[in-house]
Amino acid sequence: MKRITVLKVLVFAAALIPAAALAVGFYQVYYGIDFNALTANPGDYITDQTGTWTLAFLLISLSVTPVRRLTKWNEIIKLRRMLGLFAFFYGTLHMLTWVVFINSFDPGFMADDIVKRPFITVGMATWLTLFVLALTSNQFSIRKLKRKWQSLHRLAYLAGIMGVIHFWQLVKADTTEPRRWAAALAVLLGLRVWWAVRKRQFLVKGGKTSAVAR
Amino acid sequence: MLIKKPSDIRSSEITPKSLYLRRREFIQASAAGVVAAGFAACSEEVGAQGGGLPKLANLKKGSPLSTTEMPNSYDHITSYNNFYEFAGGAGEGPKQNSKNFKAGNWKIKVDGEVAKPAEYLLEDFLKPSMLEERIYRHRCVEAWSLIVPWAGIPLKDVVDRVQPTSRAKFVKFYTLVDPSRFPMQRTDLLPWPYVEGLRLDEARHPLALLAVGLYGEQLPAQNGAPIRLVVPWKYGFKGIKSIVRMEFVEKQPLNTWQQQAPNEYGFYANVNPMVDHPRWSQARERRLPSFFANTRTQMFNGYADQVASLYTGMDLRKNF
Repeated sequence: MKRITVLKVLVFAAALIPAAALAVGFYQVYYGIDFNALTANPGDYITDQTGTWTLAFLLISLSVTPVRRLTKWNEIIKLRRMLGLFAFFYGTLHMLTWVVFINSFDPGFMADDIVKRPFITVGMATWLTLFVLALTSNQFSIRKLKRKWQSLHRLAYLAGIMGVIHFWQLVKADTTEPRRWAAALAVLLGLRVWWAVRKRQFLVKGGKTSAVAR
Repeated sequence: MLIKKPSDIRSSEITPKSLYLRRREFIQASAAGVVAAGFAACSEEVGAQGGGLPKLANLKKGSPLSTTEMPNSYDHITSYNNFYEFAGGAGEGPKQNSKNFKAGNWKIKVDGEVAKPAEYLLEDFLKPSMLEERIYRHRCVEAWSLIVPWAGIPLKDVVDRVQPTSRAKFVKFYTLVDPSRFPMQRTDLLPWPYVEGLRLDEARHPLALLAVGLYGEQLPAQNGAPIRLVVPWKYGFKGIKSIVRMEFVEKQPLNTWQQQAPNEYGFYANVNPMVDHPRWSQARERRLPSFFANTRTQMFNGYADQVASLYTGMDLRKNF
């Protein structure tokens, strides 16, 4: 097997660990093996965990390009789609905890939440963005959309920014964690801005653009 | 099956009580009506649980002010807390970060507009009153709730004892400032000390309690040791913990969370399903350990019959 295929399988398995941990926790609570497996507020815990992993996979997928540029390890690009899809996977679980645990499937409650509460509005917008990206992540879309595909998938930056804002909005007083996410995201997006500026300067001077830059 | 056995074998001898209690709560809460009916008749003696802290002597039980709802397990009540002096959010943080907390020779100062300002050792402060168990609903502003068997003395006893002057309109409570015992006080997470307040007539209400115990034992650190306020018709943040000072004042105090976010937290903080928090609905709550926020929140947390008259003529939307 090719090295990248092995890596893909490993990353896939690793990315499922957080979901598996929650499933094991649920099993332990449900069958009375460990009633504290998901803390005293299990609904909230599952919401927090899935939200955190959504942000994590968003940022991991956004770090593929910088890692590729800095290390010249081009093959890593083959992991990007899967990592992005895992952000969508955890984002969907996260959104479903809101549907099921908080709003008990009631459309009236949910509509109310989306309209009245900015952090839900932003959260929902983030999920919709991820949904569009996941929907157009296949080869067919890439071929069909051509150059537009790349512009469309720059929405991942927006999703990252909205995700961090969403986290920040729901914190009561202790902003330590959202600050960390914001800092990490700032590095990832800052690098891209830096490279774009440098590329423009290079082109102005009449040079040729690097084949790796994207 | 365990539970049906007659009383010659106590079910607590078969399975650790905290475990099977939690199971029932979980099933009732999560599986809706499927199993709940079969368990509805069960009732457990409060006081069989605990955390191994010293037991409180001469605790009067069976208060008519107690709810008949089944209390949450000791484990729950002591491992899911908001106590910003120990950790910046709800969860196990306060329990983990308060392991070395010692109350020591705790003193409480009563001053301001009172005939008899004084500083008391905690035991002298409590001595004139009878310790009572009060099983209350506890509703957090974050839309979760628990049933808690507190032990304490009526706040009214203390208020009457210290004889407020005619200028006293409010009671202002202060938490201890001691960064060596409260690690988060080394940060500026909140303005320290934590401050809360009640109107004098609220403080004289029979439901208002100065709690020193939980499940018949001394209060654990994460729940506000050694003495905290419990006002069951208000959101949990009004229940200031580790109190060292009660100041009787003329002007309405600026409580900590109001200072922190005046558009989100008010002075009164009465539980009110009609007035939403800007970031979430207050119409429903999650009765822990349920996964679902599907318990309807009641006006004044279900204590409307007792306390609504305190607020007649007030716009509760404005005075949230």
